[in-house]
Amino acid sequence: MLDQIATLGRSTLDRLASAGRSGQMLWQSLVAAPTPVVMFPLLLKQIYFIGVLSLVIIIVSGLFIGMVLGLQGYTILVDYGSEQAVGQMVALTLVRELAPVVTALLFAGRAGSALTAEIGLMKATEQLSSLEMIGVDPLRRIVAPRLWAGFISMPILAVIFAMVGIFGGALISIEWLGIFEGSFWANMQNSVDFSGDVLNGVIKAFVFGVVVTWIAVFQGYDCVPTSEGISQATTRTVVYSSLAVLGLDFVLTALMFGDI
Amino acid sequence: MSMHNSSESIIDIQGLSFSRGTRKIFRNVNMEIPRGKITAIMGPSGTGKTTLLKLIGGQLRPDTGQIKIDGEDVHRLSRQQLFSLRERMGMLFQSGALFTDMSVYDNVAFPIKVHTDLPDDMIRDIVLLKLQAVGLRGARDLMPSELSGGMARRVALARAISLDPAIVMYDEPFTGQDPIAKGVLVKLIRMINKALGHTSIIVSHDIQETLSIADHIFLLSDGHVIASGTPAQLLKDDTEQVKQFMQGLPDGPVPFHFSDDDLLQDLYTQESPNA
Amino acid sequence: MRMRWIEIMVGFFMVLGILAILGLALNVSGLKLSAKQGDYTVYARFENIGGLTSRAKVTLSGVQIGEVKSIQIDKNRLVALVAMDIHGDVDYLSVDSSAKILTAGLLGEQYIGVSVGFEEASLKEGEYIRDTQSAMVLEDLIGKFLFNKVSN
Ligand SMILES: Nc1ncnc2c1ncn2[C@@H]1O[C@H](COP(=O)(O)OP(=O)(O)OP(=O)(O)O)[C@@H](O)[C@H]1O
Ligand SMILES: [Mg+2]
Repeated sequence: MLDQIATLGRSTLDRLASAGRSGQMLWQSLVAAPTPVVMFPLLLKQIYFIGVLSLVIIIVSGLFIGMVLGLQGYTILVDYGSEQAVGQMVALTLVRELAPVVTALLFAGRAGSALTAEIGLMKATEQLSSLEMIGVDPLRRIVAPRLWAGFISMPILAVIFAMVGIFGGALISIEWLGIFEGSFWANMQNSVDFSGDVLNGVIKAFVFGVVVTWIAVFQGYDCVPTSEGISQATTRTVVYSSLAVLGLDFVLTALMFGDI
Repeated sequence: MSMHNSSESIIDIQGLSFSRGTRKIFRNVNMEIPRGKITAIMGPSGTGKTTLLKLIGGQLRPDTGQIKIDGEDVHRLSRQQLFSLRERMGMLFQSGALFTDMSVYDNVAFPIKVHTDLPDDMIRDIVLLKLQAVGLRGARDLMPSELSGGMARRVALARAISLDPAIVMYDEPFTGQDPIAKGVLVKLIRMINKALGHTSIIVSHDIQETLSIADHIFLLSDGHVIASGTPAQLLKDDTEQVKQFMQGLPDGPVPFHFSDDDLLQDLYTQESPNA
Repeated sequence: MRMRWIEIMVGFFMVLGILAILGLALNVSGLKLSAKQGDYTVYARFENIGGLTSRAKVTLSGVQIGEVKSIQIDKNRLVALVAMDIHGDVDYLSVDSSAKILTAGLLGEQYIGVSVGFEEASLKEGEYIRDTQSAMVLEDLIGKFLFNKVSN
């Protein structure tokens, strides 16, 4: 009995300590004296690896999810004779919810796990130590550009996802199901509000980007530097960031859209 | 720079204790590493030689005691100060630790690029000279994954000395080198030390090579400095432990095995597998 | 070199992002960059607004001509004061127009329907629609119905 309580206490303390370390990492890499001139090429390279290379999966998933939404929305709405509203349904679902959330989940799997594995392997092969001994702070050189790249890439990916998804929905509704093009777009434009829906969606995407990148980079930086440790850290990145995204999505939705 | 400090020793270690988990790696160790000399640190595998270098570089924090470099307490420095102190140090990691996303050339050029504003052609000259010194000028365009273990270590050595740091720490520079390369590296280390007057710290198991270049040797075992002195003094030392280590005898007071449990006892202890 | 390729691709990525957000703004949410400036505001007082909210539609013969900007209480008369943004190109609402609060379908959202009167002069910024008809509140209606039954 006492043993179990002690185990619980120890694991709580471990969690708290690692939360503290992750906060410290974020602070030291982002806030303490940045060096923008050196940073820029590194940042560009990371945006390439994190953002550009995630484009294909984002575009393909966005297109299919939009098409499925169009199809499903139509079959439900047609019973009520309001299939004209399918555009509005597709757009609102994508912009408010699916684009930020699904992009964040895909981002965690595609870019987050790669970040963790890369940084973990750098740690295991003493590349981080050797940077330190050369007198270069790995938090600035390795961690900071990756964090910024994630923060920047994620909202862009989500916006692209939403647009491609709406395009997919339009394709299905207009070309295949034969909904009148004018009413498809007009209905959508009447119900989607730029600041209320689009901007809130972008804010969500940014928050998810911060959380996922932070978790991914920290798990790599803090991992046990062995092959087993790296594989566990990579798994943790995907699990923790997916849970964090879904949980945060609920909170943000309640804050943003709860009173409408 | 404050490197022209008049005192004899450049690194001063006082009352150092350090433990990993419950294992005590160092117990109250005192060492003074002389300025401008080649100091060797020797001892059985697993005594903490690499750990000592990391403590000196400020990557690990001692439990008690202090390490002063040029009068500055390494573990009292701010992060910023620590990084600027490290610009004056070079370290060859036991594993080499080359940056895998850069070519050999870029690896060696890296410290110069981040710490100086030298023009590109000047950096090129320096890098080629360093690579020439370790015999790998022809490998400059290879990636680290394309190097053999011995080559990778020599590239890492070239990188460690690319900025001509005032203190160079070599963690087992001779391991995995053929006899010719060993001879070249011995000469190289000696030359860096004599020509530039820089302090070198070598961790090595190669008694022949180490004796031939070291000015001073510390022998570590079991968390203590068990002997120190010039190579000649250590060779003459007739305490059992020192003799055993210097002559490479398998039996003696220096334990070869990691833990001292009796083998027979270990073998005959009946332990249920899931205990 | 490789760095050049990275620069180009990142630039391309950024452009794609900007195009997407522009698409969301203009095509999806129907944000008009300049039209807002031509809008003008007119007011109307209602006894009871029912479930009307801000951003509800304002229509003329069922065609949207603006939206509800804000709803407040007129402290002097203790009735609801509704401000409506009317599109600038709708400059033919006569001063004797009337406004009704209507419901889309039986239980749908509520909106304002405007009908034009006969006067020559048209409504200007800040003027009032005097002739208004409140929202139909289901409870009142049922109450009235029962009352009539009983009194009969
Ligand atoms: N990260 C670590 N976590 C826990 N214990 C460690 C860690 N690194 C080293 N140790 C322990 O510290 C002791 C000293 O290790 P160190 O690497 O300093 O030995 P060494 O003297 O350099 O040995 P070698 O000559 O084989 O390189 C070892 O016994 C090892 O078990
Ligand atoms: Mg070692």
